[in-house]
Amino acid sequence: MNLDRVHVTRLVLALVLVVGAAYLFGWYIPQFKESATTYLWAEAFYIGVAAMGLNLLTGYNGQVSIGHGAFFGLGMYTTAILMQSHNWPFVATLPVAAALSFAVGVLVGFPALRVKGLYLALVTLGLAVLFPQLTSRFVPHDLCRTCGTSQVGELPRIKLRPPSWTPTFIKFNDQWAYYAALAIAVIAIVGVALIVRSRFGRALIAVRDHEAAAETVGINIARVKVIAFATSALYAGTAGSCFVLVKRLATASSASTFQISIELLVAVVVGGTATVLGPFIGGVLVVFSDRYISESFPKTLLFWHINDSVKNLLSPAIFGIGLILLMYVLPDGIVGGGRRIATVAIRRLRGRRTSPAPT
Amino acid sequence: MTALLEVSELRAGYGAVRVLHGIDFSVDEGEVVVILGANGAGKTTTLRAISGMIEAGGRVVFDQRSIVGRRPEKIAAAGIAHVPQGRGTILDLTVEENLRIGAYLRRGPEIESDIDRWYSTFPRLKDRRAQHAGSMSGGEQQMIAIARALMARPKLVLLDEPSLGLAPLVTQELFRTLTDLNRADGISMLVVEQNAGLALNLAARGYVLEVGTIVTSGSAAELADNDDVRRAYLGI
Amino acid sequence: MSLFLTQLMNGIGSGAVYASLALALVLVFRTTGILNFAQGEMALYSTYLVWYFTQHDLPVWIAILLSMAISFVGGAAIERVLIRPVEQASPLVLVIVTIGMFLAINSIAQVQFGNDIKLLPRAYPNKTWLPGNVQISSDTLVLVGVLLAECLILYLLLNRTRIGLAFRAVASNPESSRLVGVPVGRMLMLGWAMAAAIGALAGALVVAPVGLQGASMQSILVYAFASAALGGFDSPLGAVVAGLIVGVAGTMTTQYLHAVHDIELVVPFGLILVVLLVRPSGLFGSTRVERV
Repeated sequence: MNLDRVHVTRLVLALVLVVGAAYLFGWYIPQFKESATTYLWAEAFYIGVAAMGLNLLTGYNGQVSIGHGAFFGLGMYTTAILMQSHNWPFVATLPVAAALSFAVGVLVGFPALRVKGLYLALVTLGLAVLFPQLTSRFVPHDLCRTCGTSQVGELPRIKLRPPSWTPTFIKFNDQWAYYAALAIAVIAIVGVALIVRSRFGRALIAVRDHEAAAETVGINIARVKVIAFATSALYAGTAGSCFVLVKRLATASSASTFQISIELLVAVVVGGTATVLGPFIGGVLVVFSDRYISESFPKTLLFWHINDSVKNLLSPAIFGIGLILLMYVLPDGIVGGGRRIATVAIRRLRGRRTSPAPT
Repeated sequence: MTALLEVSELRAGYGAVRVLHGIDFSVDEGEVVVILGANGAGKTTTLRAISGMIEAGGRVVFDQRSIVGRRPEKIAAAGIAHVPQGRGTILDLTVEENLRIGAYLRRGPEIESDIDRWYSTFPRLKDRRAQHAGSMSGGEQQMIAIARALMARPKLVLLDEPSLGLAPLVTQELFRTLTDLNRADGISMLVVEQNAGLALNLAARGYVLEVGTIVTSGSAAELADNDDVRRAYLGI
Repeated sequence: MSLFLTQLMNGIGSGAVYASLALALVLVFRTTGILNFAQGEMALYSTYLVWYFTQHDLPVWIAILLSMAISFVGGAAIERVLIRPVEQASPLVLVIVTIGMFLAINSIAQVQFGNDIKLLPRAYPNKTWLPGNVQISSDTLVLVGVLLAECLILYLLLNRTRIGLAFRAVASNPESSRLVGVPVGRMLMLGWAMAAAIGALAGALVVAPVGLQGASMQSILVYAFASAALGGFDSPLGAVVAGLIVGVAGTMTTQYLHAVHDIELVVPFGLILVVLLVRPSGLFGSTRVERV
């Protein structure tokens, strides 16, 4: 291995970053920050996980779904019901939620084969909107008094305290939720990275770019597409399980499943579809921008005094305008665009002419 | 006599990929000029550069006005009609509507008489005037495309590989029609083609384009006699 | 039986609204190939404008026409300024831009005009006719009448005028249209402009009976999307027919299947799911390649 100066500096930088991140996320935030922030980070993690899963389907495989809020809700309700009515510990509910989400993803993936592009997006939208109705039909009524409505389901009996097998530095509920979400996020990131670099990952891209050609090299299109759907559903469902731990409630109205579906899609595009971490970072950004847009609002704009209600109303506007501007400047998302800019900058610094990479 | 179309040092490409490296050619009024070239030589790029579909550098003077860098709509208004590769038929419109849209920039009752005129030149189109253009055969679509271009009463018609994808008999009939149009109406044409045999019959002069540069030029007869041309394009 | 027919009439009335907005969606989609999530909110803003004008003592129909005119210009401006820069980008990017527009327009409207419930004066008297025990309200008649008028005007415009021909040419093949001198950009603006005007009219009419507030257009947009998808996104006729079907199906289900919340949503989306599985391009859609 040729260790020239550039490589060594890069390695050292990477090491510094990793250690810094490990300290920041592994220790500093959960131990020293107040619970609201800790919970917010946990939320950022699971939204990031769901966004990465959606990107497998949408970015890498080209199937646009505006319905992943449904899978999110599925995981959410599975965990909530198991914890609330059957006293399961949180960790035990995870494999069930994941498996169930995967199975339903397969069920949805098959009919999705028939429908392309725009129409698929609308069919998945229909799914998201219909999901709450399905919950109210298939979950026994006493277990789910608020299923399908816009009311919030209370879960007074779920165990929010850190289980006994966790290390002693996890003392409080918010820390437990945080570390659980963090662990799941790490596993999820590794999972996506492995998938993307595997043969299946290449098959995903091949099917996206040129279905006919992919078939001629022996790729089973149906299998790839359905598994892509199911895997992304699994991610969304797992994220939904985390929701229960972080938010301490379960809810699924048509409005909220739609909202989450859009939130995930926004996270994917904001972060950038071409990378593994992009959507994860996009998810983190989406969760935090919501909080910080309203907090960092100026109190007066020119002569116009901004009171709280106006601030609440304007935050979506700022977010929306921000989204639009971001799409003009960085259409490949922040991570994607960042990489592009960095590549161009590095080439310019080295004095070479840039050439566009063929896609 | 200044040429109708005078092109010098034409450079064009797609993004950072340069296709044309500064070519010169001209078309006189009433002439048919052919540009021969293999795939990838830059024939389509040349026409698209002239009609404004892509950015270009260099000098392009049409009817004594510079048109390089101007928008396609303006260039069309100046009197250039471009029949693109693959015909560019507007599939959701009917045959007659395709013709009519060709006259978009014109007004007046002569549009109707022009439509009739092209129906008599291309009787098959008249039979199917209300049919959707997308359901017509390749040869018929080529007729639609040419008639549409002519509806604008252009001073210069650009034709991009008119023989592409057409059966030999259809192609021969097509080129006969083009010859008649040029002889009878004096319509100037710039044709890019791979099919050198038919093209050299139709044209008065020609150029040979290879990988973005003009390597040979001359009258049609000279080119037909040229050994390199014969080997490369006529298979002799 | 008369109850059935009454509900049928009501369904057709609501369906007319969905059909109008679906028509707007299809217009935008046919020309610019974009799924405009913000179509409902654009109509919302236009409706707030109508309220604003009536607050300043303008007669209702003048207010509506004025709002339509402003929306026409606004729609064209939005295409030119917001959409044109990203028109060539990936469909996902475009979806996000329209979502951004959705959020921005919705909240700007509420901040600018206030987020309390606004009452619009009625544009026509509120009457109910009872032919043979079937209730037909003036709402239904006006909505259907307006829809028919819109369809007629659009049909004449698109099929009998030079501009309409140019518009259809651009919707089918922008490159060839450019080559014959059609100003493609202006045609795209026209598509958005017409869609905005149609949305403005639909919004003003549907909101008057119930009052206007921030979320007014959101469920209507969902139904409009459902209708457009059901009818085939590139078919204006499909949008209209499907809109009526969705409207009727919605009222029928509410009437005959007394069930929990949001049951009205099951119908349109259940319909979409079923129809698209059988005919993946919608009832009237063509099986051509589309974006996204």
